[in-house]
Amino acid sequence: MGPLPGAGAIADQLAHLLGGVVLVLSFVLLYQRRLSAVIDTYAMQAWVLAAAALWQGWVQDSLALYITGAITVGTMGVAVPIALRHIVRRQRIHGTVETMLGIFPGMAAGVALVALAVLLVRPATMDSPVLAREDMALALSVVLLGLLVMITRRAVVLQVVGFISVGNGLLLGIVGVRGIPLVAALSMALLVLLGAAVSGVFFFGIHERLGGTRR
Amino acid sequence: MSRRIAAAGSVGLCGLGCLFALAYLLSGPGSITFTLPFGLPGTPIVLALDGLSGFFLLLLMAVGLATSAAVLDDSGNCEATAPFFPALLGAMVLTLLAGDVFVLALGLALMSLAAFALVLTCHEEPEVREAALLYIGMAILGTVCLVLAGAQLASSAGWDWRFAAIRAHPPEGWRAGLVLALALVGAGSKAGLAPLHVWLPPAHAAAPAPVAALMSGAMTKVALYVLVRLLFDLCGPAQPGWWGVPLLMLGAGGAVLGALRANTEGDIKAALACSTVGNMGLIVVGLGLALAARGADLSTLASLALGGALLHALAHGLFKSLLFLGAGAVQHAAGSRRLDRLGGLIQCMPVTTACVLAGAASLAALPPSPGFAGVWTLFQAVLGGPRIGGFGLQMLLVLVAGLMALAIALGAAAAVRLVGVAFLGRPRLPRAAAAEEAGRPMRMALIGLASVSTLVGVFPGAVLVLVGPALRRLLTTDLTNRAGLLSVVPQNNLRGYSAIGIAVLLGLSAALVVLLVRQRATPGHRVGPAWDCGFRAPPAWLPFGDPLTQYGGASFAQPLRRLLGTALLAASERVDTPAPGEVRPAHITVEMRDPAERGLFQPVAAVRARLSAFAEIIQALTLHRALALMFAALVLFLAVVALMEPF
Amino acid sequence: MTVLLGLASLVVHVALMLTLAPVLVGCIRWMKARLMGRVGPSIMQPWRDLLRLTRKLPVLAENASWLFRAAPAAAFAAMVAAAALVPGFALGMTTAPLADLLVIVGLLALARCTLALAGLDTGTAFGGIGACREMSFAAFAEPAMLLIIFALALLAGSTNIDAIALVVREGGVGSRISLGFALVAIVAVGIAENGRSPVDNPAAQLELTMVREVMTLEYSARHLALIEWTAALKLLLWMTLIATLFMPFGMAAPESGPLVWLLALPIWWLKLAVLAAMLALFESTIAEMRVFRVPEFLGMAVLLGLLAVVFLFVSQGFV
Repeated sequence: MGPLPGAGAIADQLAHLLGGVVLVLSFVLLYQRRLSAVIDTYAMQAWVLAAAALWQGWVQDSLALYITGAITVGTMGVAVPIALRHIVRRQRIHGTVETMLGIFPGMAAGVALVALAVLLVRPATMDSPVLAREDMALALSVVLLGLLVMITRRAVVLQVVGFISVGNGLLLGIVGVRGIPLVAALSMALLVLLGAAVSGVFFFGIHERLGGTRR
Repeated sequence: MSRRIAAAGSVGLCGLGCLFALAYLLSGPGSITFTLPFGLPGTPIVLALDGLSGFFLLLLMAVGLATSAAVLDDSGNCEATAPFFPALLGAMVLTLLAGDVFVLALGLALMSLAAFALVLTCHEEPEVREAALLYIGMAILGTVCLVLAGAQLASSAGWDWRFAAIRAHPPEGWRAGLVLALALVGAGSKAGLAPLHVWLPPAHAAAPAPVAALMSGAMTKVALYVLVRLLFDLCGPAQPGWWGVPLLMLGAGGAVLGALRANTEGDIKAALACSTVGNMGLIVVGLGLALAARGADLSTLASLALGGALLHALAHGLFKSLLFLGAGAVQHAAGSRRLDRLGGLIQCMPVTTACVLAGAASLAALPPSPGFAGVWTLFQAVLGGPRIGGFGLQMLLVLVAGLMALAIALGAAAAVRLVGVAFLGRPRLPRAAAAEEAGRPMRMALIGLASVSTLVGVFPGAVLVLVGPALRRLLTTDLTNRAGLLSVVPQNNLRGYSAIGIAVLLGLSAALVVLLVRQRATPGHRVGPAWDCGFRAPPAWLPFGDPLTQYGGASFAQPLRRLLGTALLAASERVDTPAPGEVRPAHITVEMRDPAERGLFQPVAAVRARLSAFAEIIQALTLHRALALMFAALVLFLAVVALMEPF
Repeated sequence: MTVLLGLASLVVHVALMLTLAPVLVGCIRWMKARLMGRVGPSIMQPWRDLLRLTRKLPVLAENASWLFRAAPAAAFAAMVAAAALVPGFALGMTTAPLADLLVIVGLLALARCTLALAGLDTGTAFGGIGACREMSFAAFAEPAMLLIIFALALLAGSTNIDAIALVVREGGVGSRISLGFALVAIVAVGIAENGRSPVDNPAAQLELTMVREVMTLEYSARHLALIEWTAALKLLLWMTLIATLFMPFGMAAPESGPLVWLLALPIWWLKLAVLAAMLALFESTIAEMRVFRVPEFLGMAVLLGLLAVVFLFVSQGFV
C-alpha cells in the first residue's frame, strides 16, 4: 500500500493542513475557559496529530509512523483524557479556569512565539524545500505555545495539559521528518507518554501536598 | 471692523495664492530660487519654491481661503485678535517658501507666536489659558529642536545655511541619526505625532473655530512639510532604510490612539482634534514606508507611499477644516460645543448638516470621498511593502496594516457618533432646538469646502498628478503611468481604484432603487410618535423628551471604552449607587488618561516641578546665606584658576 | 463584442443577485427549521413578506428627518453597487476593473454607517444601542478583514477580485494552509458582519441580540422592505465573495459566451447551497454569545489572518 504517483504536492499540503489544525488547537488551549472543553481540545489535538502521523505513514510507506500514530491515538487520544477527567472528578475541581494574562495579550504572545519559531528555523533549513521549513516552524510553534500555556494558566490541569502538548509538538516535528527508523519513533512516543505520567503525578502531587497553585 | 478688513484681505490673497500654486504645479517650471538683498550679516535671505512647497502652498491657500471667509462671518468671537490671522497665514507662507534654515526657523517661530495669540482669544477661561501655555511650551521645544537640526545640517555643509548647499553635503553616521531624532521631536510635536500630541486637543478646542480649522487643517501640514523637507530632501537620498521604522511605529500607534480618543471626548472640537492626531499618524505611516522603500531602492513603491501620504494630507486638510467650521457654526448657533447639550440640529441647520455629512463621510473613509482615496493608496503601499524584505520589517508591516484598519474603523465610529449625537435625534436642551442656520459667509465657506472635497474625492488621480513635481524632486520617480484622471493603480498592468467609476456605479444603483420603489411601493407616508417599543409621552416640563432616554456621546462610546479604553486609555468607571431607602439618583463617573500624558508629560512635569522647587530655595535665601553662597562661588572660582596654573 | 458580453453578464448577475437574495434567506430559515424538527416556512416566504411590506403605508416618527427617509435607499444602493462588483458565475464582467476588495469593504461600510445614522435619527434608545454596537463590532471586524486581504494580496499580487480568483483557480498557490486559515477567518468575519448567530440573532430582539434588528426598529412598509432586502443581499454577497475567492473553480472565464454561463450558473448555486447548509447547521448548534465576548470571536479571526500572512511569508520565500 503506497501513495499514488504524482500526489506529492497534495500529500504535503494535507500534512500541512493537519499540522496547522494542531497549531490552532494550541491557541485554543491558551484561552479556553471551561475545564471539560480544555480536556476535549487536548484530545482533539492528539487525534489530529495521530491522523497526521498515519497520513505521513501512508505517504512515506513507513511502518514506524503507522505504529506511532496508533500509539498516539491509544495513549494521548484516549488514555490521557480519560485519566485527566477521572482526576478532575476525584478532586472536584471547579468547572471554569481563569487566565493570568488577558485574552488579547495571550494571543499576541502566541503570535510573537510563532514569529520567533519562524525566525529560528530559518538558518537551519536554508537549503531544504519550503514545505520542510513550514513543517519545522509548525512543530516548534506548538512546542513554544505548550510552554506558554504552562506558564500563563493557573489551573493544575492546564499545566499538565500544556506540558504534554509540548510532547505533541515534538511528535509533530518527528512525524514530519522523512525516513525516521522504527526504534526512534517508538522510543519518542513512549518518552512522551512517560513524561505525561510523570508530570501528572508531579503536578497533582504538589497540589495535594502543598495546597499548591491556585485553581 | 478690523476683523472684516483682515478677513477680506486674507480671502483675496488666499484666492490669488491658490491660483498661483495651481498654475505653478501644472506648468512645472521646476524649482525657483530668489535671493533677497537683506538678511543676516553675511547671509542674504533665500526664498525657494519647488514641487513640494508648491503642493503644500496649494493646500494652505485652499484652507486659508475657506477659514478667512469664515472669519468674515459674525459668529466667531475673533474680534480682539483678528489681525493675528493674516499674520499666521503669512508666517506659514514664509515657512513654505524658505530657502535656507534661517528663514525656516523665523517662519516657524512667527507661526507659533501668532497661533499662541489666536488661541488666547477667549482668555477669560482658565482652561484656555492652560491650553495656550501648554501649546507655547511645546512650540518652543519644537522650534528649538528644529533649529538644532538645521544647525547640525549646516555644520555638515561648512556652516552654509542655504538649502542648496546643505543638499550637496548630506550628513552621515551618527550626525544623520541625530538629525532624524531632532526632526521627529521638533516637526513631529508640531504635527501632532504621538507621543508628543498631548498639546493638540486642548489647544485646538480652545481656539475659535476658524482658527482651529486653520491650525488643524494647515498648520499641522506645514509641520509635515518641514518633516518631509528635512528627512527626504536635505538629508539626501542615501539614508538607510531603517529610518522608516520609527515613523511606521509611531504613526501606527498614534493613529489608533487618536481615533480611540476621538470616540471618547465629550466636546466636538476636542474629538475632531484627536481625530487629527489619528490622521497624522496615518500620513506618517506613509512617510515611513516611503523612507524604507527608498532605502531598498524600490522607488515605485516609495513614490506610491509618498504620493498616498500627500494625497491624504490634502484630503485631511479639506475635510478637517470643513468639520471644524461646522463645529464653530454649531457652537455659535446652539450655544455649546458639548455633545450632551446638542441634538436635533438637522431640523434647524440643514445646510450645515449636509456639509458636515460630506466631511464626516471623508473622516469615515467611505467611497467615493477623498478620505477613502488617500487611505486606499496608503493601504496599497503597505500591501506592497513586504517586497522590501527582512522578516522583522514584514511582521511590522502586518501589524501596521492591522492597526491602520483598526484606526480607520474607529474613525468611522467617531464620525457616526459626532454627527449622530450632535445633529440627529432629539434636542437635549431647548437652546439646541432654538438654533439658527449659519450666516452667509460661513455657509459659503462650508459649501465651498464640501464641493472641493467631493471633487478631490472623485478625481484623486488629478491630485496625484499635482503631487508629481514633488515626487520627481524627492524620489526621481513619479506616478505618471499610474495616476490618471480616471483611476489610480498601484503598479502598471494592475487594476486599481477608479473613483469616478464607483461614483457612477453608485448613481446608477440609486437610480435603480428609486425606479423600483416608484414602480412597486405605495407612495406617501403618515406621521406619528416614535414606536420605541411603547414609548410613553414625555412629561410637560420636558418638551423634547428626557435627554437621558437618548444615546449620547458617552453612552455611544461605552463598548469601545470598555473593550479598548481600559487597556489603552486606563479608562475606569465608578458607579455611585444609593443605598436602599435613599431617593437620590445614581451617578456614574468615567475617568480616562492619555497614555502619553501619563508616561511622558507627567514625569517631565514632575522633574520640572522639582527643579523649580530647588530654584526657589535659592531665591528665598536669607542675607547671611546669600553672602555665604557668593563667597563659596568666589572661592571655587579662585581654586579652579589656581589649579589650572602650571606648577 | 467583449464589451457587450461583459455588460450582458453584469446585467444577468445583478438581476440574479437581487432576486436570489430573499430566496437564500428563505432556504436558510427552512433548513434551520428542519434541523430543529419543525416543518418550516416556504422558501418564497421572504419574497412574499417583501411584497406585502411594499403595499403598506409607512409611518414615520414625528422628529424623523430627510436622512431617515433617504437612508434605506442609500444603503440599498451601496449594497447593489457592491453586489455588481463581486462576480458570481462569470469573471470578466464590465465592472471587473473596478472590483477592488478594499472598495467593496468601503461600500459595505457606507451601507453600515448610513443605517447607523438612521438609527440615531429618531432619538430612541433602541436605535442608539443598535448603532453603537454595530459600529463597535465593525471596529474589530475591519482589522481581521484587512489581514485576510493582505494574505490574498500577497498570493495574487493585487487586491482585484478577478485577479485573485484567476490566481487561485490556476492552482499556483504555494501554501494551502494559509488559504485554510484565511477561509476560517473570513467565515468568522462574515458571521459577525451579517449578524448571524452567535453574534446576533436575525429573528429576535432580546438583549443579547440588540444589534441590527433594533437599529432599524422604527422603519415600516417600503423602507423596511428595502432594509430587509439589503440584509439579504449582504448575506448573498458575502457567500458569493467567499465562493469566488476560495472556490473559484467552475466560474466562466472572461470573454466566454452565454453557453458557458449556463454551465457556470448551477455550479454557483451549488456552492451557495453548500455554504447555506453549513451556516444553517452552525447556527442550529451554537448558542448566542455575550456582547463583550464578540471581540474575542473576532480576535480569533484576526489571529487566523495573522497566521495566514506569517505562513505566506514563510512559504513564498520572503523569510
